[in-house]
Amino acid sequence: MKISKFNIALVGLGLVAPLVLYPVFLMKVLCFALFASAFNLLLGFVGLLSFGHAVFLGTGGYITGYLMMNTGITPELGILAGTAAAAILGAVYGKLAVKREGIYFAMVTLALAQLMFFVYLQAPFTGGEDGLQGVPRGELFGFIDLSDNMNMYYFVFAIFLAGFWLINRTVHSPFGQVLKAIRENEARATSLGYNVNDYKWVAFVISAALAGMAGSTKTLVFQLASLTDVHWHMSGEVVLMTLLGGMGTIFGPFVGAATIVSIQNFLSGGELGNYIHIIMGIIFIVCVLAFRSGIVGEIQKVIKRNFS
Amino acid sequence: MKSMNKTLLSAAMAVAMTTSVAHANVSDDKVKIGVLADMGGVYADVCGPGCVTAVEMAVEDFGGKVLGKPIEIVSADDQNKPDVGSAKVREWVESQGVDVVTGLVASSVTGAVTKVTTDNKKIALIAASASNAFTTKACSPYNAHWTYNVVALANGTVKPMVQSGKKKWFFITADYAFGHALEGVASKVIKSEGGEVVGAVRAPLGTTDFSSYILQAQASGADVVGLANAGADFVNSLKTAAEFGLTEMMDVAGLLVFTPNAQALDPAIAGGMKTTTGFYWDRDAEAREWSARFKERHGKIPAMPHAGAYSATMHYLNSVKEAGTDDSDAVMKVMKANKPNDFFAKNAYLRADGRMVHDMYLVNITKESERKTSDNIFNIEKVIPGDQAFAPMLPECEFK
Amino acid sequence: MATFLGINLFALSGQLLVGLINGSFYALLSLGLAIIFGLLKIINFAQGAMYMLGAFAAFLALQYLGMNYWFALIFVPLAVGAVGILMERFLIRPIANEDHLYSLLLTFGFALVLQGLFTHWFGSSGLPYAIPDELKGGTRLPFMYLPNYRAWIIVASLIVCVGTWWMIEKTKLGAYLRAGTENPALMQAFGINVPLMVTLTFGFGVALAGFAGVMAAPVYSVSPEMGSNILIVVFAIVVIGGMGSIGGAILTGLAMGVVEGLTKYFYPEASTTVIFFVMVIVLLLKPAGLFGKEA
Repeated sequence: MKISKFNIALVGLGLVAPLVLYPVFLMKVLCFALFASAFNLLLGFVGLLSFGHAVFLGTGGYITGYLMMNTGITPELGILAGTAAAAILGAVYGKLAVKREGIYFAMVTLALAQLMFFVYLQAPFTGGEDGLQGVPRGELFGFIDLSDNMNMYYFVFAIFLAGFWLINRTVHSPFGQVLKAIRENEARATSLGYNVNDYKWVAFVISAALAGMAGSTKTLVFQLASLTDVHWHMSGEVVLMTLLGGMGTIFGPFVGAATIVSIQNFLSGGELGNYIHIIMGIIFIVCVLAFRSGIVGEIQKVIKRNFS
Repeated sequence: MKSMNKTLLSAAMAVAMTTSVAHANVSDDKVKIGVLADMGGVYADVCGPGCVTAVEMAVEDFGGKVLGKPIEIVSADDQNKPDVGSAKVREWVESQGVDVVTGLVASSVTGAVTKVTTDNKKIALIAASASNAFTTKACSPYNAHWTYNVVALANGTVKPMVQSGKKKWFFITADYAFGHALEGVASKVIKSEGGEVVGAVRAPLGTTDFSSYILQAQASGADVVGLANAGADFVNSLKTAAEFGLTEMMDVAGLLVFTPNAQALDPAIAGGMKTTTGFYWDRDAEAREWSARFKERHGKIPAMPHAGAYSATMHYLNSVKEAGTDDSDAVMKVMKANKPNDFFAKNAYLRADGRMVHDMYLVNITKESERKTSDNIFNIEKVIPGDQAFAPMLPECEFK
Repeated sequence: MATFLGINLFALSGQLLVGLINGSFYALLSLGLAIIFGLLKIINFAQGAMYMLGAFAAFLALQYLGMNYWFALIFVPLAVGAVGILMERFLIRPIANEDHLYSLLLTFGFALVLQGLFTHWFGSSGLPYAIPDELKGGTRLPFMYLPNYRAWIIVASLIVCVGTWWMIEKTKLGAYLRAGTENPALMQAFGINVPLMVTLTFGFGVALAGFAGVMAAPVYSVSPEMGSNILIVVFAIVVIGGMGSIGGAILTGLAMGVVEGLTKYFYPEASTTVIFFVMVIVLLLKPAGLFGKEA
């Protein structure tokens, strides 16, 4: 009961936030929070480090961007199409990758992502280095004008809530319990009769689809799909967000994404821009050395120690 | 009757507009300039913190105030990513009251940013990008493309070489929009002068080892190898060309050479090579005076985008003053009506399509013996009048 | 000209040779990574940054100490190795018992910091470093002009690679090393200082990257980006060769240089991607890599 009050308060906060803060910034936070949450489903709850997750973010973005620019479909359909494309790619890549473990899993996902990066760099429909520029936001269901930032914000917020709810639901379902069992002790899960690879694969597809949804939404917000979203640096960034926020926690990726996006936003303006790599690097080092459970993980520890 | 009404109405509107101009009409009581540049990436030395310095100098030289209102500068790093750059500019114009955006290096970023500025009716002063798209297929009444473009580079460097009998060309091209555009424009020039392109190879951006491409160039039987790339790609490809003896077999033409790139090369390798630039610090007393001030603040001599950013900002501020408002349409009208004239802009005018036409310079890179100080990078060979350097205007881009 | 199936064989030989030269760099860098992973189970994502550091150190040593190329070839790897030792001692050891992936993230962060610092200090345009006088000029082969320095790259890196392989696989020191990492407790009981050995091994692996950096300075531009560009390629090579296989890393490094060289000839746009393509194929067919042992 207490938890749900907390959740209602958070949703309420989300509803009033754009009245105070710049809506596009908030939308960016939400997109990355969804991306990191999707990634965390794999890293935090199955124990699989994908080092190529940007490919799904980018795929969603490119497909949505292309369709919005060339077919005149409505934005909700554009996002669905982008999500579906990422899910299909995830299904193929997941099939190949889940057979491998640990560092090999990370390397296979990285290599597969690099192959798609090449496709997006060379394919004529993506605009190469320029990306897809001037993607129209369109009209939601054909009558709500999304070029208005406020309308767009509430649409993005709804998408985020849907994605976040799905992840939460997955984690707490019996399916999610099996995933956690696999993370803790894969051999035991196998011996209990679970087909471990199938479970991993389904989790991979869900994660890829939601990452794609984040990418599709991001493309609409910024009216742009570009190579940044499929580059391996982006795959590294989502690891950083998840790690900083607290992997394996529900709210960790959100906190991590919000922190990183805010830092980037703060640093990108003005003199400190020079130091962006240095500061990101230091965050990585400090996280690994001192806060392996991340911000939310550490807070949970403190709560546990003091209140229970 | 109807037409009569219309005339009256437009007359009334015209009167209303001129009166509003007469009052100092400055949005949010300040003029805010956004400088978007590459602060720490491959183009940082070309238009990064230096472009911010140049704009600051322009604002200070102007007096820090226009129409009695303060001039503010904000700057940001675009990391050479179109998404980062356009997001920042969107934030600037939508929530921070930025009136004009300058800097603008990587063509991909500029493309994305000019979409945002045009949608919001804000002026973009493009100081460092090379693509000619901003005054052709992506032209906009709010673009002012200041320093140079790929057409000027090709006309300046390639044309005289073909005319002097170097007919067969091979290109080593950076495999992205800018490289393709540069190769395309240069190939057109070569063909129209009766030359021939015998081959081209597309090297991925950021290639470290060019030896494979150099061998292909050697085997092509060309007279000239054109390097349609920039920055580190240019430096690395030229270095390798010299190492493999290519420079002794055929001519090498660097199509885009910024002064910091030339400084990064051994004069024994680069000395004598011809290229085209929009500015050189040692051209005349006026340029030297400004460049000395720039160097004192920035630590390095200015590259052409730095001078371009200063000149564009100065012309913008002068135009705001004359227009009596910072309304973009009114300011742009004045910018196009008045000719910029400063240490950078010689025989210059801002064309209706947003192209700033001005003198370009065919230069060669100094040899060891000519390099009295490490700042003596170029010898100016020839002044190329603007109308010969830049392509004629497309009719569909003729904005009033 | 000799042709086969419409392919100019002379041109092809030239491409193979330049491929081999690039492969020499790959071999040096992947060797260092393979030692660090194979013996210490540390995933060092800072190896690229150490390569960059080596190139910058050579440049700075020349600029400020007047140290020439040949001395730099000896002293710079020592200095870079020392940085590696400090890094192992103060950053990596505290997380030695955690999952390997943490060492990946930590070293990735370290690489970002180094790259950021050098960009801040030296800009990103790249700095010049001249080829040493002794190695200027070149030799005209039947099919191409081979610069002497490029020939030297092959020779020097082969000597270093083979020497290292021999030391680890064939000598008593190498045997201690392998045993010490397989079963540290036992070796400790035999009176061998295992933590010191780990630190020195890490330092040595990193020093190899520093050595590659000095080798690269005269032919590639010395720039802060040089490490991050090459890092994931080298990583892919180690994975293809079989993580931990010393000989595998050397042979795969050379082979991938050649594969990349051929791609530059037939389909240059794909030259930066081809290695990942090979990696996907290899990992799907032979999960432990070409020369790795199945776990």
